[in-house]
Amino acid sequence: MMTHLKSSKESILLIACGALAKEILELIKINSWDHLELICLPAQLHLTPQKIPDAVRKAVINNKDRFSKIFVLYADCGTGGMLQKTCAKLRVEMLSGPHCYSFYDGNDRFSERGDEEMTSFYLTDFLVRQFDSFVWKPLGLNKHPELRDLYFGNYEQLVYLAQTDDEELDSLAESQARRLKLSYIRRFTGYGDLKTELTDLVGQSRAV
Amino acid sequence: MTEEFEDDIVLSELSDDELVPQMHDDLYDGLKEEIEEGVNILLERGWAPYDILTKALVEGMRIVGIDFRDGILFVPEVLLAANAMKSGMKILKPLLAETGAPRMGKMVIGTVKGDIHDIGKNLVSMMMEGAGFEVVDLGINNPVENYISAIEEENPDILGMSALLTTTMPYMKVVIDRLIELGWRDDYVVLVGGAPLNEEFSKAIGADAYCRDAAVAVETAKDFMARKHNVLAARN
Repeated sequence: MMTHLKSSKESILLIACGALAKEILELIKINSWDHLELICLPAQLHLTPQKIPDAVRKAVINNKDRFSKIFVLYADCGTGGMLQKTCAKLRVEMLSGPHCYSFYDGNDRFSERGDEEMTSFYLTDFLVRQFDSFVWKPLGLNKHPELRDLYFGNYEQLVYLAQTDDEELDSLAESQARRLKLSYIRRFTGYGDLKTELTDLVGQSRAV
Repeated sequence: MTEEFEDDIVLSELSDDELVPQMHDDLYDGLKEEIEEGVNILLERGWAPYDILTKALVEGMRIVGIDFRDGILFVPEVLLAANAMKSGMKILKPLLAETGAPRMGKMVIGTVKGDIHDIGKNLVSMMMEGAGFEVVDLGINNPVENYISAIEEENPDILGMSALLTTTMPYMKVVIDRLIELGWRDDYVVLVGGAPLNEEFSKAIGADAYCRDAAVAVETAKDFMARKHNVLAARN
């Protein structure tokens, strides 16, 4: 978790998944959103999504008296609606959508795709960089490559949802598709609904 | 060299009382070939296929399930153990049919529409078979029609549905609502499972129970079958 927050009643605290840290800091920088403060919870929580609601709850409770508003930068993220319930109880808002693949793509667009991309395995910039730590090793493929078919036998393609134009990441993602024996597609999304929701949040705070 | 010899365990030289716990260890370690060898040794020694299944394989997998639940083992280890058990079951399956193993009940199971994830479902299917249930596995991405026609054709005791995605789990309610429309809901036990599900969701959609893992699914299914038999016995 990042510390040394400049707590202030004029600031908004963002409690985010660590997998979004780089992108959020970039958005704060390019938009000069100086009144947004960020703390991140470990991205590894995604390996046990049932632990996300409690981790978010603790972070909100520890910080709620120090900021004018808290916004949770998580989507449902495999919590089966439990994070939404936690946030509603704490009276804090969170991102819309089922997961980061959806809000980067744009929740409406992702939802319209419906079952079309059912056999797609998604990566983001973060996951391309951290592929071994978040995909390959936790699934045990480093020690037991024979498990590949059990995990990925029903998948057909790897879709790299790119937040940035980066040839190195593109080539890395393509090599990861090869390792998983999947075909490869790169789709540039930019920051998608992450940017939209943060822009709305800042707009609302300035209007108050 | 001497050490290697000392460390090597020759399964055929173990007594039954030593071999069965050794098979539990081998299953835990996901050693497929050792499990096949152990099964064949016990068969040669005249063990009933059903006893090998329950005492060596299912019991071994039960230990794996407990350690998975307690966070000692993780998904890759469970999959390796399941693969080892599967290879042992492959030897036993035809023999179980011949020797008339006890039958607990019948289950139709499938992953719901829009969802291609089947690891959990496959584990449940295997453990249910191990526990003596006949399992009809519909595979992945099943629209409501698949469940309904399988129920018509197979007349199971239990319907199992699985989903891994927050976006696909609501489809379970579509299936349950169709069962209600047809007036069939009370004729079948509906069990649901999958990573994003929980007890509250299961109740909200009108399922009979949420099963957090394969071992719980087996125990829940057995429990429902026992209740069903008690009700039938009371009627007679």
